[in-house]
Amino acid sequence: MYRYDEIDRELLKQRTAQFRDQTRRFLAGELSEEDFRQLRLRNGLYQQRHAPMLRISVPYGLLNSAQLRRMAHVVRKYDKGYGHFTTRQNIQLNWPQLAEVPDLLAELAEVQLHGIQACGNDTRNITCDYLAGVAGDELVDPRPYCELLRQFIALHPEFYWLPRKFKFGFTGATIDRAATRTNDAAVHVLRRDGAVGYRFFVGGGLGRLPLLGQEMNAFVPEADLLLYACAILRTFNRFGRRDNIHKARIKIVLREWGVERFRAAIEEEYAKIGASAEGGQLKLLPEDIGRMRGHFDAPPYRPAGEAAADLRAQAASDPRFAAWLKRNVRPHKSAGYRVVFVSLKAPEQAPGDCTAGQFEALAELCDAYSFGELRSTYDQNLVLADVAERDLYALWGRLDAVKLATPNIGLTTDIIACPGLDFCGLANAGTIGVTHDIYRRFDSLEAQYEVGPIRITMSGCMNGCGHHSVGHIGILGVDKHGEEWYQVTLGGSAGNDAAIGERVGRALSRSEIAGGVERLIRAYLELRSDEEETFIECYRRVGMEPFKARLYEAEGESGKPVPSESEERPPGESGQGARAGMARRGVAAA
Amino acid sequence: MRRILRKHAIVEDDWTLDDAARTPAGLIVPLARWRAERELLLASAAAIGVLLPNTEDVEAIYPQIADRPLIALQFPTFTDGRALTQAVLLRNRLGFAGELRALGDVVRDLVFWLGRCGFDAIVPRPDQDLEACRGALDELSVAYQPAADAHAAVWARRRMRASA
Ligand code: HEM
Ligand code: SF4
Repeated sequence: MYRYDEIDRELLKQRTAQFRDQTRRFLAGELSEEDFRQLRLRNGLYQQRHAPMLRISVPYGLLNSAQLRRMAHVVRKYDKGYGHFTTRQNIQLNWPQLAEVPDLLAELAEVQLHGIQACGNDTRNITCDYLAGVAGDELVDPRPYCELLRQFIALHPEFYWLPRKFKFGFTGATIDRAATRTNDAAVHVLRRDGAVGYRFFVGGGLGRLPLLGQEMNAFVPEADLLLYACAILRTFNRFGRRDNIHKARIKIVLREWGVERFRAAIEEEYAKIGASAEGGQLKLLPEDIGRMRGHFDAPPYRPAGEAAADLRAQAASDPRFAAWLKRNVRPHKSAGYRVVFVSLKAPEQAPGDCTAGQFEALAELCDAYSFGELRSTYDQNLVLADVAERDLYALWGRLDAVKLATPNIGLTTDIIACPGLDFCGLANAGTIGVTHDIYRRFDSLEAQYEVGPIRITMSGCMNGCGHHSVGHIGILGVDKHGEEWYQVTLGGSAGNDAAIGERVGRALSRSEIAGGVERLIRAYLELRSDEEETFIECYRRVGMEPFKARLYEAEGESGKPVPSESEERPPGESGQGARAGMARRGVAAA
Repeated sequence: MRRILRKHAIVEDDWTLDDAARTPAGLIVPLARWRAERELLLASAAAIGVLLPNTEDVEAIYPQIADRPLIALQFPTFTDGRALTQAVLLRNRLGFAGELRALGDVVRDLVFWLGRCGFDAIVPRPDQDLEACRGALDELSVAYQPAADAHAAVWARRRMRASA
């Protein structure tokens, strides 16, 4: 993991002081609401439904135990005892008080955490393959390049006031586990004829107009990472639309210009940078990359013989361990080691939420079993990347004790969801209650195992924070005359087979939606050619029609929706998002 | 006369955008007027600076303004960063060495970024405190990336430390 030196520490210290002064001026009435808004966004602070929301950047999803302990401390001291992992591998706090945020940020800065450029129209936190460095299909470890780029874009003066947010996503593997093409720019680090380089895609984005990035350059040489990034950002800063916030992302420039003209503009700027003194400054030398790589050296693995264990015998004696081993543990490139997924999708939990006690437990567990490091994933789970086989059983027991061992990774109840109406001021509809309804219908592990790999995603509005447009089953909250309704899309994917889902038809009501999802899944079980065919494969083979017929079959003759079985929802999970959420979280209704 | 920030000093402004109020030092005219009335303006003695719209392609227009002692760039709002790219290109790629001036919605919290992008004259929004603006030029003394000021790239600094 990258370790700050005195330059990094000094910069973060000064930045923290700068924001403290901005907050002071705002509270003293010296800065207008609107002027301050732009400054606080660039420090991660967003005003949402109940309180400010603080987004803490987790650079390319890497956390260490000191940071986890500090998170436990700050969520207790400044918040209501929990944080929320997002689809950009970041952590959000929902209840900090503005006046206390400078102190909160100062405490985070001591452990290399911050909210720099976590919100606002700037270059956001870089996301990355959560199996970087440990995956068998990896070509090049992308993390050193992520950090080199992070330092280039952090507080970059020319690109600090972009037309709109700009997101980079990295992978260095053949399997895309980071939804890279949903980013404004995707960087695939690879090797060609022995030389490292980058394949760049530009113009992806979710939100109102979901689009996948288009290939810009198939091989940018290793030394030119920052030159090419600079060319993209400069082109965006110059030509991105500023007249309409909904048309301000780089994907709109690409669409309006067409890919050829767009590529020509970026390549021309790249060539000009390369031919100028600026290019000389931005070119990376082998020693720069070597020095950075040193921060991400493999940990001192024990010899395979010492690390291995007879997992089969342990699994045979404990079926719960066996289920977890099967679902939440994956191969590791080093013999005797495994990758462990920590599920943040327990029953009755908001997807991605993590309590102070869990942060603390995770700190202890990664110290004890995974070289002190933890990763966040884009699907709102966590990863202990380097666990010796012989530690798995003990680790499982301890994860289980803090409700972090639900064996559902990649299954029906491993739902991606944004916070929705319970927290977000932009939401049309609640999400958390719907995830719980779906969860209850598939609570039995047997049912989930029967269904197999499937990705359900849900956003509370068309901004798409919950990746609904790239879910196999995507659910989008819409507002109809003040009521919460849900539109369903099918066939989306964020992986190598990335695709934007297709809308099925009219929206379903709050009481219908979970039943609708269940019918879609039942349809799949009937339609699949055999047990090997996954939901998405089946959908691609048979097309939308049979699924559509099942989704709406509960509709009565009159065309009026017939209430589905889930009508009797438990109290506190009604459609009244905000209040329901507060009640569920034990917050006194004010 | 209005007071502005030039380099690190607070000074009386010796330039104007207003023909009628022309001072001995200089007149700043919009690019369109410069192109239309170039000879006339030059004959009128006073130094002439040019004001560019922030949508202008500075590389294309530069041959027509390269000899000007002053180029002014615009910030319709302080969150509109187009002139920052114009400034960096003027300084780094085109080698403009005259005065580069920031006009418009220039607030104290934009000043630091202006300095890094090569502006050496800053005309703050009238409600802004000039002393505070001057202080903001040095708000952060550390930077990761090169721009159009004295900061070296952090990766280059680390090379030197490694070989020291
Ligand atoms: C709760 C407060 C939040 C607010 C107000 C908010 C706001 C927004 C807005 C306005 C957009 C659309 C941007 C655009 O189309 O240009 C967006 C996109 C997005 N947000 Fe959020 N968001 C919030 C929370 C989250 C959370 C919790 C997550 C992760 C679970 C998240 C992840 C994303 C992602 C992945 C996108 C799509 C990016 C893209 O368009 O490429 N956000 N958000
Ligand atoms: S998708 Fe909409 S409701 Fe959900 S967090 Fe984003 S802005 Fe809020």
